[in-house]
Amino acid sequence: MHWNVVFKNFDYFLIGAYPKGPLGGLAMTVILAVVGIFGAFWLGLGIGLLRISKKRWLRWPAMVYIEILRGTPLLMVVFWFYFLAPVLLGKTLPEAESTVVALIVFTSAYIAEIVRAGVESLPKGQMEAARSTGLSHVQTMTHVILPQALFNMIPSFVNQFVSLTKDTSLAFIIGVNELTKAATQVNSRTLTAPTEIFITIALLYFVICYCLTELSRRLEKHINRYQARTR
Amino acid sequence: MAYVFDFGQVVSGEYGEWLVTGLVTTLKVSGLAIVLSSLLGTAVAILRLSKVRPLVWASAAFTEFFRNTPLLVQIFFWYFGSYSVLPTVVNDWLARQDFEFACGVIALTVYTAAFIAEEIRSGIFSIPKTQLEASRACGLSFLQAMVYVVLPQAFRVIIPPLISQFLNLLKNSSLVMTIGVMDLTYMARQIEAHTFHGFEAFTVSTLMYLTISLIVSLAVNVYNRRVLHVRSR
Repeated sequence: MHWNVVFKNFDYFLIGAYPKGPLGGLAMTVILAVVGIFGAFWLGLGIGLLRISKKRWLRWPAMVYIEILRGTPLLMVVFWFYFLAPVLLGKTLPEAESTVVALIVFTSAYIAEIVRAGVESLPKGQMEAARSTGLSHVQTMTHVILPQALFNMIPSFVNQFVSLTKDTSLAFIIGVNELTKAATQVNSRTLTAPTEIFITIALLYFVICYCLTELSRRLEKHINRYQARTR
Repeated sequence: MAYVFDFGQVVSGEYGEWLVTGLVTTLKVSGLAIVLSSLLGTAVAILRLSKVRPLVWASAAFTEFFRNTPLLVQIFFWYFGSYSVLPTVVNDWLARQDFEFACGVIALTVYTAAFIAEEIRSGIFSIPKTQLEASRACGLSFLQAMVYVVLPQAFRVIIPPLISQFLNLLKNSSLVMTIGVMDLTYMARQIEAHTFHGFEAFTVSTLMYLTISLIVSLAVNVYNRRVLHVRSR
């Protein structure tokens, strides 16, 4: 086995050529994932709220958006933004930016479904009680429904973040400098240790994703104790 | 220079044939992986529920590891790195197959099996424990009780999440293009490279994926309503 290849390139896996060159490796993966989940949360929240609206002309577009994105492979969405931005905008987007946009748009559809499930799983009495105390619909949403619904859905958001972290590996396909790209670069440069390299990379992803999965499990147990229920 | 849309070129003639061949490959990869991952996933789930400690640990490690690493990295592992860890017999057998295709199927199978195992496990948990205890009391062995009593009931509940895992597999199968399997996404990319009409090629192939997904999820909704009496809003 050639584990020394892995040891020699370990800092390249973690931060890329930084500080002498561009940031890459695991650091870039984390940046993509964090920016992605931040954007996807707000976009998904908006679309999720449209999806549960009583007005048909708000609900239908949101539904079409969600169904289309959930029925399409992420790789297709990534290609769409990468190859079609030049056609639509007249200029190319840098790889990292176009991937982040693709990740945000794709994940927002899943977040929207989480938001919807969260709001719909709250007992109806919450809405009725809030309205009967004189709050408007918007006030009820922002002060009563959403704080509870979003809090209950924290484990699902964390799980979505895990998926997103794994999905950032697709950025490699259009050439963003992140962990998977670093692995393939080192692999094509050395050619002697593909097994060791890819096991190391898998473990690096695993450490992040497993910690988050475990966190989500703990949170779920904790949150289950404090949920408002219909009983 | 303005961009001229030309769908005709992409859906007819040589390029149209490329897309259809790509679609067939995608369906082949996914179909094979669906069958294999269901079998592997069920086996892993049963190991997890057995009372034998080492088997439970092995099964838990399997699901945790493969669920928490990206599919793309797993595909690369099987494609580039599996040679030195697999036994010679397997390597020889793989060398005689279409290697890219086999690696794609193996990666998709193992990755999806981890998810399927979790779905099946939660499905089995939803069956009251007394069912297993009663059948054990009747003299069935653990395996018999699982196969004849618990699993048939559990599968009724598991079918919808299982099918959505199959749909995920179909969508994930687009990643096998990275190791050179000529699936639908690969072909769309190829047409983009040949004609620069990427917009049309990607639209048509997205529509193909979308049609399959929508039809299947519609069928699942019907199943939910008819069989499980769940009302979707």
